[in-house]
Amino acid sequence: MIEFLGEVAAWFAEAENWTGARGLLPLTVAHVSLTLVAISSAAVLALPGATYLGHMGRGGFLAVSVVNIGRALPTFGVIGVLFPITLSFPVTQSPLGYWATLLAMVVLAMPPMFVNAYAGIRGVDRSHVEAARGMGMTEQQVLAKVELPLALPLVMAGIRTAAVAVVATVTLSAWVGYNTLGAYIFVGFAQRDDVLVFVGGLVVALLAIITDVALGWVERRTDPLRRRRIPRQDGAASGSLYHQELSQSPLG
Amino acid sequence: MILGQERPFIEWDWISRNIDEIGQATVEHFTHTALAVSIGLVLSFGLSLAALRWRQAYAPITWVTGVLYTIPSIALFTFLVPIFGLNSLLTSQIALVSYTLLILIRNIVAGVRGVPEQVTEASRGMGMTDRRIFLSIKLPLALPAIIAGVRVAAVTTIGLVTLTVLVGQGGYGLFILRGISRQFLTEALVGTSLSVMMAVVVDTSLAGLERLVTPWNRSASGT
Amino acid sequence: MIRLDSLTKVFPGSASPAVTGLTMEVGEGELVALVGPSGCGKTTTLKMINRLIEPTSGVVEIAGRDASSVEPHVLRRSIGYVIQQVGLFPHRTIRENIATVPLLMGWDRRQVTTRIDELIELMGLDPDLLDRYPSELSGGQQQRVGVARALAADPPVLLMDEPFGAVDPIVRGRLQIEFRDLQRRLGKTVVFVTHDIDEAVMMATRVAILNSGGILEQYDTPEQILAEPATPFVARFLGEERGLKRLALRPVSHVELKRGPMVDVDSSPEEALRVMSDHGVQWVGLLDGGRLLGWAHGESVHGPLRELVAHPFLVVLQPSDSLRRALDAVVTGHAQVAVVVDDGVYLGMIDVEKIAREITG
Repeated sequence: MIEFLGEVAAWFAEAENWTGARGLLPLTVAHVSLTLVAISSAAVLALPGATYLGHMGRGGFLAVSVVNIGRALPTFGVIGVLFPITLSFPVTQSPLGYWATLLAMVVLAMPPMFVNAYAGIRGVDRSHVEAARGMGMTEQQVLAKVELPLALPLVMAGIRTAAVAVVATVTLSAWVGYNTLGAYIFVGFAQRDDVLVFVGGLVVALLAIITDVALGWVERRTDPLRRRRIPRQDGAASGSLYHQELSQSPLG
Repeated sequence: MILGQERPFIEWDWISRNIDEIGQATVEHFTHTALAVSIGLVLSFGLSLAALRWRQAYAPITWVTGVLYTIPSIALFTFLVPIFGLNSLLTSQIALVSYTLLILIRNIVAGVRGVPEQVTEASRGMGMTDRRIFLSIKLPLALPAIIAGVRVAAVTTIGLVTLTVLVGQGGYGLFILRGISRQFLTEALVGTSLSVMMAVVVDTSLAGLERLVTPWNRSASGT
Repeated sequence: MIRLDSLTKVFPGSASPAVTGLTMEVGEGELVALVGPSGCGKTTTLKMINRLIEPTSGVVEIAGRDASSVEPHVLRRSIGYVIQQVGLFPHRTIRENIATVPLLMGWDRRQVTTRIDELIELMGLDPDLLDRYPSELSGGQQQRVGVARALAADPPVLLMDEPFGAVDPIVRGRLQIEFRDLQRRLGKTVVFVTHDIDEAVMMATRVAILNSGGILEQYDTPEQILAEPATPFVARFLGEERGLKRLALRPVSHVELKRGPMVDVDSSPEEALRVMSDHGVQWVGLLDGGRLLGWAHGESVHGPLRELVAHPFLVVLQPSDSLRRALDAVVTGHAQVAVVVDDGVYLGMIDVEKIAREITG
């Protein structure tokens, strides 16, 4: 065991492993930038619809369905299906495997973002909304100035859940030819190089945890009522509704 | 639409040719899922009882299971492979089980805590022992929440089992992996669709089970 | 039957005791109400009797035995317990709910079935409800089931914590009367917590008024407390219309009723006129063999009385109606008198003057 960890440490000590063609830095950059593109695209696609429907109070059934389908879809499979498809269109043929992974990540990221944004807007105390309307605000102003700020923590929770999931799953890009941190695991399995496999897993795990903690911090800071809220019993665990069963009322 | 080879979009007879292998993969996939969820349920029950008994235990338990949940399952595989080996059932099961813990514990604890105060007070006042109260009052009333948690855990696990092919286990992931390496859409599509179908069937069955074991919810006025 | 001796409870982290050295006795067959403002320790005291809350010091004796000498859950099986929200088990049918304690105590199925049949008749419940679930019952029905469940194993003692608080006033009024009659009939010893002095006065054989910290201000019959409040606190707690509350305790049958200007319809018109002038009124009441027919204007009396049109009296009371009800009826109806009739048979009449004399007398 100790021996093994020594070998891992030795790997990190090698400068070549940081900056080379398949070095830690370039692979991490590729990993993170793919994540960012996926999250931003998913946000652009999911959030407007979710906030609009939440504001109007419609589409609860859609939200529940989106969650159920999203949970049932195996991301590995989605990548596997998109890969051959993307290969037959010139636009998406290169970089190899990039587009299949990106599209699959967007599909992965949308459900939690959609559901949390929807529930967040719907969950805003009706009395605040009515007071705002009573003061003469237009519907857009009510949405922008009252509902969104109050819904922000849940929207952030959705982004956080999505981001952590994407960071974790971008790893699979290596199996379809695009090198991210998953390359360590892929190559390591193939070459039976346990150290490489471990390094890959370790860095991805750290990245996921950092993402979770960092966005958790942001999530707490976006809570306009944070100073007045009773602290939750389960510590830093996310308020995201994606982790819970949604057949009941928040979306009712 | 042609895929660069002289093949139709979906090769239906591939399916009929490989129906045996598909059947076998189905059995594997289901067994791995059932195993992971069952073990997860047993462990979660134990941890939940601890969390219910000792209030301070809840936060650390959720923290640890939360971290396990956040660590990507692929990463978990990589930690376990050096110890348990690449083609080991143990490797995949440990990872799958840890993923279910957070959601199951959360739901079990919430379910038991959600039993109305007055029902517990009445049962104590009538002279039931704490053990009897837990087994015949709190647990049955917590069933809807618990089964809801099992549903989510099962569906999530079914999706994750596709990944276990990467550490040498079978299931539908085999078709996906082969579909990728051979750039064969049909195979990858079959693997994905079957996984989704299994998830839907399991989810619906569990929902039916819930209705079966909670007859009192059915007759509530307004439902 | 129940004896509390210097019962004290201090909750951890609290500066002052919730209950301080409470000493009182409840006799067998009594219905004692513990009343007081919020925070007076009445519920805490109740819960110390069946050890849902353990006393910090002091003794609880039930039927001569120290309550702390048996296991709490064993003790509770011989005490009925009814709470405000009832707490029926949602996942069990009504039948199963009621059968809980008997089964716990090992009765056999046949005994249980017989007992359940007895109970639903006692509580006036429809047998069809037995196989339904609690969510299908109305608030009033659930409350009755709660009482049935508490009585199932035939415990000698019943503890009740604001049992009728969660239903609407109309249902509550009915439940109060029913339960009071039931308790008198069964002879169970009942300790009953309520914040409503009117409820306590109406139902209890004795009322204990508690102040903050479980201080016993007065413990006596409702009549006595209303007539002579022991301390300024009690007087204030009883509220403004103490006198009227006393009237509520007296049924009209306990008062000496006036005969009034009544004649039998077979008497002569001259007899009717004589009765009217004796009483100094312009009308006469008509009876037929003791049964009340109504009244007639004096001017219409010249022929046979049977042919007269008998107007109904505005205010008609039953013997069990209280003086307070009599007063209210007379005031509301702008009437001069209230007649008391028992199933058609005329008993007498009462007027405002008479009621006033009862208040001051």
